[in-house]
Amino acid sequence: MSTILIIEQILNGLQSGIMLFLMAAGLTLIFGVMGLINLAHGSLYMIGAFAAASVAGLTGSFALALIAAMAAAALAGALVEMLVIRRLYATDHLDQVLATFALILIFSESTRWAFGSFPLFLDIPNYLSGPVTLPGGIQYPLYRLVLICVGLLVAIGLGLLITRTRIGIQIRAGENDREMIAALGVDISKLYTLVFALGAALAGLAGALVGAIQSVQVGMGEPVLILAFVVIVIGGIGSIKGALIGSLLVGLTDTLGGVFLPQLFKLFMEPSAAQTSGSALASMAIYVLMGAILIWRPTGLFGARA
Amino acid sequence: MKLKSLILTTAIAALASGVSAEGIKVGMITTLSGGGAGLGIDVRDGFMLAIGQSDRSDIEVVIEDDQRKPDVAVQLADKMIQSEKVDVMTGIIWSNLAMAVVPSVTAQGKFYLSPNAGPSVLAGKGCHKNYFNVAWQNDNLHEAAGAYAKGIGYKNSFILAPNYPAGQDALTGYKRMYQGELAGEIFTKLGQTDYAAEIAQIRASGADSVFFFLPGGMGISFLKQYADSGVALPVVGPAFSFDQGILQAVGDAALGVINTSQWNKDIDNVTNAAFVKTFQAEYGRLPSLYASQGFDTANLLISALETAHPDDANAFRAALEAANFNSTRGKFEFGPNHHPIQDIYAREVIKEGDVYTNKIIGVALENHGDAYAANCSF
Repeated sequence: MSTILIIEQILNGLQSGIMLFLMAAGLTLIFGVMGLINLAHGSLYMIGAFAAASVAGLTGSFALALIAAMAAAALAGALVEMLVIRRLYATDHLDQVLATFALILIFSESTRWAFGSFPLFLDIPNYLSGPVTLPGGIQYPLYRLVLICVGLLVAIGLGLLITRTRIGIQIRAGENDREMIAALGVDISKLYTLVFALGAALAGLAGALVGAIQSVQVGMGEPVLILAFVVIVIGGIGSIKGALIGSLLVGLTDTLGGVFLPQLFKLFMEPSAAQTSGSALASMAIYVLMGAILIWRPTGLFGARA
Repeated sequence: MKLKSLILTTAIAALASGVSAEGIKVGMITTLSGGGAGLGIDVRDGFMLAIGQSDRSDIEVVIEDDQRKPDVAVQLADKMIQSEKVDVMTGIIWSNLAMAVVPSVTAQGKFYLSPNAGPSVLAGKGCHKNYFNVAWQNDNLHEAAGAYAKGIGYKNSFILAPNYPAGQDALTGYKRMYQGELAGEIFTKLGQTDYAAEIAQIRASGADSVFFFLPGGMGISFLKQYADSGVALPVVGPAFSFDQGILQAVGDAALGVINTSQWNKDIDNVTNAAFVKTFQAEYGRLPSLYASQGFDTANLLISALETAHPDDANAFRAALEAANFNSTRGKFEFGPNHHPIQDIYAREVIKEGDVYTNKIIGVALENHGDAYAANCSF
């Protein structure tokens, strides 16, 4: 187990965490500001990836593809908010789950109807491909480093948005007391559409960025959605800082757990049994982490104190 | 007395001919949605192409989507047998679903023709006289990859596969024929999309080659990430990660990879040439090995129906065992455990114009059965 391997795995964990942050940030804003559980967030991720694949195929430009991904996801988000989500704010969480689950099915089948059932081609552009040599002689894919940087930039941008702008004040106030800011004259419906579209754009960006190194196919968003929910529970509902810390924790635990738990088990078990038990425990690791954090802080690391 | 028995005989004869003129109902449960849908759609399209090309109008095919979920597949199987009253079942892609469905189907006396999943249990200890596999036993293509690796001279392979029955069969099959050193052996999660951690381990292991079995979207993700990582070790694998449906989504990252398959579009016989041409004309895409398996399964069924009906189980079984049909692979025969004995080819991924596809470069295993036939008795 060399240092190079350990550092490479830490970078991998950071990268998967940061991409998770893009999903979790949108989800936590929507849940925090609007009190809405949005299961369709994974579909918005998928829409971003499909839009990027289509535009990249038509124009050959990855930058255009990313912009198209964010625009398509934001548009889809805004439409969905105005047509469906608006009727759900006053309802029970369970009704919201039911309605947004239906949206997942609608989006999945529509995408399959529009694009077919086979995965689409989306590749990273040549100027971002290939490995770079980091200090210490570590070979690491350039694209993954770019993902980490983009994610951190988005985190900083969101942080500035929330703390330094008027919209940010309204969002924070809305998280605190919805009825009060409506009484104070803020146009709630426009704010909600904006927050939903913002969350959707982030999900679409994540879908496009990750789709370039994975498979762009129907149903790609649901596994990420589940992880994103774990992240916002760990980080605390409504907190962007919590989403960032939570997603990095989840990313690192998932990656490092998957690599090192089997190695740990190999110390006292024979290799194939160690491999299977280690992998099994690794896939549970993030949920064990979530449980442990909830025992310590029931509302999450940065959630509202009860 | 004589008149009465004459009338009785005529009536029974009329009834009997009525029964044999009655058609057959086929229940196809396959994966038509979700990440693995491409495989099920190919199998279904190949199967229905053959049914359409036959002159028979009495074969009714009921198709349902198992969504890659074992519990859904079991419910659909029960519905098809008990309510739709199908005679023959087919279609399942994934080995974990096959393990859930096939034993109960054969136990209820129905025939099952597998166009894809070939878990080792159903070829060996758990075999059944009503279960036929038209594609391969799961280990076969991996054994061929191992034989190829040994022939080429790889000495230190890093191997990985997902942690489910077919994945376990894959690594077992490769190791059976490869017999070199293993730089590492990993079982990944089924459905895993990020392989950065595994690729880092490959880089650190000092391997001279990589063998992987990652069907569908998993393979696309792995290949893209592997090509981008700078770990330039030669890759060998079974056709499942390099089939026609996947290659277009992977692009250049797959070029030059050697993969093993029992079928390729350039196998030189009349049936195969016609199959590739008509499939492309009907569906607008090149067929994959899954499509050829669906096509062969349907033609096997049709050939058996020429001589017997599933109601006469023993005759139908014998007709299936005879495998008297034109296969896209050329000659086709079953072993004693109802799994094929066939040649397995090594193919290379190439680009023909704008299309990524495969080209046969040699035969990896000749007239190969499977390692579990000896454990099967029925």
